[in-house]
Amino acid sequence: MAAAIATGWPTVSALVRRSANELIRVPGAAIPGVLAPTIFFLGLTSVFGNLTELRGFESDSYQSFVIPVSLLQGAGFTGAATGVNLARDIEQGWFDRLLASPAPRPAILAGLVFSASIRALVPATILLIVAIAIGAEWPGLVGLGLAVFAVMATGTVAALYGCSLALRFRTQAAAPLMQAGMFILVLMTTSYAPLELLQGWLHTVAEINPVTQVLELARQGFVPGDVTWGDTWPGLLALAGLVVFMGFFALRGMRRMSD
Amino acid sequence: MGALAANARVVWALGRRSIRQTFRRPQLMAPIIIFPSLLLAVQTGGAGRAVDLPAFPEVNGFLDFMLAGAMIQSCLLAGNSGGIALAVDIEMGFTDRLLAAPISRFAIVLGRLAGTAALGAFSAVYYIVIGLVFGAQIEEGVLGVALMIVFVTLSAVAFGGVGAAIALRTGSASVVQGLFPLVFVILFLSSAFFPSELMLEPAGTIAEYNPISFIVEGVRDPIVSTLTGEDALKAFASIVGIGALSLGASALALRHRLRTGS
Repeated sequence: MAAAIATGWPTVSALVRRSANELIRVPGAAIPGVLAPTIFFLGLTSVFGNLTELRGFESDSYQSFVIPVSLLQGAGFTGAATGVNLARDIEQGWFDRLLASPAPRPAILAGLVFSASIRALVPATILLIVAIAIGAEWPGLVGLGLAVFAVMATGTVAALYGCSLALRFRTQAAAPLMQAGMFILVLMTTSYAPLELLQGWLHTVAEINPVTQVLELARQGFVPGDVTWGDTWPGLLALAGLVVFMGFFALRGMRRMSD
Repeated sequence: MGALAANARVVWALGRRSIRQTFRRPQLMAPIIIFPSLLLAVQTGGAGRAVDLPAFPEVNGFLDFMLAGAMIQSCLLAGNSGGIALAVDIEMGFTDRLLAAPISRFAIVLGRLAGTAALGAFSAVYYIVIGLVFGAQIEEGVLGVALMIVFVTLSAVAFGGVGAAIALRTGSASVVQGLFPLVFVILFLSSAFFPSELMLEPAGTIAEYNPISFIVEGVRDPIVSTLTGEDALKAFASIVGIGALSLGASALALRHRLRTGS
């Protein structure tokens, strides 16, 4: 795949530029991806902010604890939007013209996914500004770098998931499925409270959900304690696994689309 | 009497159509059932230890506390979905054909609201069953269950009126759909998910005066304690207030549409 991407770099670059143009020319299209996680962030912190008084809660600031959740949700919505846009392109026949070109299939997919990982920084930036304005702690440069990496990688995973659904169903009607997938995965983690405070089925699901490790990777800089390799590598491993897993289905969809 | 019976038939037919439409279109049904169920499950597991907070009201479990919030969330989303469906009818020209028919104009709106009311009743029963299956206890028993169903059904009509008014005024499904995030703003600024006295400011103060909080507490009261008249009265008054405003706004929007054609 790497060789194909290298030879197909002009395709990747063109698709990234197309996505950037869309963002500049139709900025309203980015609003839902920003609005939903911002409302959830402000809502969750206002409603559940006093959970930090529970014994065993690792942070004094619920804003700091929850902001990584919202960052990943924002990335998830951005990735889903990439899937919806692909479904629109398929419906309107634009994608058929792209497939008829000599561009390598993996490069087309890489272009879509790379665009999503960059666009995921838009909601992340706004969310970070809002969070710090209402009291979230500054995560430090290393913590911020890890959070940004987690956002971009989650945007990649969500875009791969969205694209695989778009290639499977070939209709924008599959949009709720694309949006709900990452939203559910992010919620079924330590999103509301640390693992030891979760109850019942959610405790079990959060333990085995790989996104929990991604969330803990992104959260390190925001909660008390140092950024450590021990808390970093499980998240990196989880992200790598998710990219490979979702990438397999997206590539298979691309191949089937070409048949 | 004959006109009343004719209008009742129109409301019945349009109400049935509205219910069928919702059950046949997953994009209309999902917000009413799947989304609130998911949040109920995740919040109960994620924030369930909140009952250990010193100022938390005495309840059998966090699920008992959360059930009313899920029902009202479902009603608000049902109202929004009903508004979207009405706006789609306007966009497709179906409402124009109804307006040309020899039937009462407001029966067209009432038909849509009858469907939303039925969905409200369905959602109340669904969440009561879900709650009981997962261990919730309803302190007030059968009488409490009946009161909850009545309150949730009437709330659905009141919230449905808001969706209908906006659909009739704008005639655009995307505008009504754009109100979806607003539902969560309203819910987060109420005691739907947490006691208002334990929420951070200014949300706590807003929640204390938010009429949605009164409705939620009226529905919650029979679950967590024996029935108190004060909570029930406040809930009823809030539903009547929102309903009167929303139905009034719907009537005005319908009149405006008939006068201007848009």
